[in-house]
Amino acid sequence: MARFDELAASRRRFLALAAGGMLAGAAGAGAPAVAQVSTRARIVIVGAGAGGTAIANRLAGRLDGAEVTIVDGRREHWYQPGFTLIAAGLKPAPYAVSTTAEWLPRGVRWVEDWAAEIDPEAKTVVTQGGTRLDYDWLIVASGLSLDWAGVEGFSLDMVGENGIGAHYASPGHAARTWAALDRFTGRGGTALIQRPATEMKCAGAPLKLAFLADDRARRKGTRASSRIIYAAPQQALFSVPIVAEKVRMLFGERGIETHLQHTLRSIDETRRIATFDTPEGPKELGWDFINIIPPQRAPEVVRNSPLPWADRWTDQGWIEVSQTTLRHARYPEVFGIGDICGVPKGKTAASAKWHVPVVEDHLVAAIQGREGTAVFNGYTSCPLITRIGRAMLVEFDYNNNLTPSFPGIIAPLEELWISWLMKEIALKPTYNAMLRGKA
Amino acid sequence: MKELTLETMIAVFEEIFGTLLFWAMVAAAIAITLAFLWVLLRDRGLESRPLVWSAVLAPVGAVAAVWFVQWVTASGLADLGGPIDWIVLLAIAVAGGGGLMLLCYTAQALIRGRRAG
Ligand SMILES: Cc1cc2nc3c(=O)[nH]c(=O)nc-3n(C[C@H](O)[C@H](O)[C@H](O)COP(=O)(O)OP(=O)(O)OC[C@H]3O[C@@H](n4cnc5c(N)ncnc54)[C@H](O)[C@@H]3O)c2cc1C
Repeated sequence: MARFDELAASRRRFLALAAGGMLAGAAGAGAPAVAQVSTRARIVIVGAGAGGTAIANRLAGRLDGAEVTIVDGRREHWYQPGFTLIAAGLKPAPYAVSTTAEWLPRGVRWVEDWAAEIDPEAKTVVTQGGTRLDYDWLIVASGLSLDWAGVEGFSLDMVGENGIGAHYASPGHAARTWAALDRFTGRGGTALIQRPATEMKCAGAPLKLAFLADDRARRKGTRASSRIIYAAPQQALFSVPIVAEKVRMLFGERGIETHLQHTLRSIDETRRIATFDTPEGPKELGWDFINIIPPQRAPEVVRNSPLPWADRWTDQGWIEVSQTTLRHARYPEVFGIGDICGVPKGKTAASAKWHVPVVEDHLVAAIQGREGTAVFNGYTSCPLITRIGRAMLVEFDYNNNLTPSFPGIIAPLEELWISWLMKEIALKPTYNAMLRGKA
Repeated sequence: MKELTLETMIAVFEEIFGTLLFWAMVAAAIAITLAFLWVLLRDRGLESRPLVWSAVLAPVGAVAAVWFVQWVTASGLADLGGPIDWIVLLAIAVAGGGGLMLLCYTAQALIRGRRAG
């Protein structure tokens, strides 16, 4: 109810403002509401993706005199939620591509290189090129790395041929995944859509791809001659029970077969056979289309540092941060934002958007010698596309509670056109506004 | 969404349309509304002839608005799934129809000028 009031209040504010000389608000829109803090602190941000870019922009507006350095070797910025749309033929590859430089604020130094070593004892980051960056505060926003070698027999150059897709890899690979999916949905056959056993970013993405494959086949009239199989290592289709049940019902309705406790071990490209580890032993499944999503881990630079948990996710290396403040448990001058955080939920851009103000609050407070108050509740969100034209808004927290943004207005587990409209019209702009530190 | 403030909404709209286009659209909407209010005051009420013509055009605006939204979002009427979807559809139609009606009425009234007598 509190959120609804908030919404109603902001709508009232909006109307009030619209009524009385609304252009007056234009100049100040997006400007930081709080006073700037003077400091000479040296802040290093590792990774200029969704979270790193957003916090750089926030800090640029919030701090006066700080020396903020962001390290990332990638010149292209990728809007990854767009990859699923590219893989379903709904958008072209350039839809997800911009440049790293265009989002970075003035006054923040960009070191165009990869972090190769993080030493939280000495408080330094060393890049591959040998640049040494000393810091007072470190924000790790390196995202995660996709372990393609974790699927035997597979390599990225196979994508687009022999019915092989891998839309997580890049915008180009997502486009080649569509080439393969387009051929499959034109002819029919068997599609294998799987996810890894590790934690992964956007656990909804493979589900969406299964729904979209189903929809494309229906529209082309080949659904009757197609099998669509969704294979997952887990015991359920989604980590949040109420969502898992809904997806189970929808998969049943659409005739998408579910193979749980199936972990992809290897593929044989020439025979088009995928081998899964199951409780009953290895199992082979043939494919006409397969989309590969590999195991996901922290980037090597993080795994080789003392930052990961010692006793959790030991094969994956997520960093040991408090799940509410995202501050490192052993190195209080280190924070995490985005996929790299070792917290039970939230490897989505929507969560990163929530991480940013929490880390900003605690970091700025720490610089001032105070304690921050902001809390991250595990918010994770995913507009789960169930066919072209409809989606379900799925939002939840650490406790597996649904946390709808529009309670009473947009029902969370319902397939709706409005959810699709919001995804189509507002999702990328909201992401871009987040990058600029404005949302 | 963490909080839906006016600043956030404006920032998102600026990203959707581009800053320039967004504010140009806001300015155009305000200008048309002000012009409408002005002719309303000038003529001391609604004139029936321009009103009839603009009323004829309203359904065109309504259909065009719905068609445009569905075209931009690659969706169709079959995708409407729940009551909120019908409300949104209606809102889009009303906005399109009402907007065109307002524009058309104001343009006619401005072109015709103040009616003698
Ligand atoms: C197919 C797909 C669909 C998705 N769909 C959605 C969705 O619908 N909704 C949603 O909210 N989220 C979605 N996501 C997830 C979302 O994209 C990520 O959760 C989000 O980008 C995480 O932000 P981040 O800053 O942690 O990592 P990223 O945005 O991945 O950025 C990490 C950055 O760190 C850099 N980096 C890596 N290693 C180093 C190093 N050693 N040194 C320096 N820099 C380094 C990288 O180059 C990169 O720029 C999707 C992801 C994929 C792949």
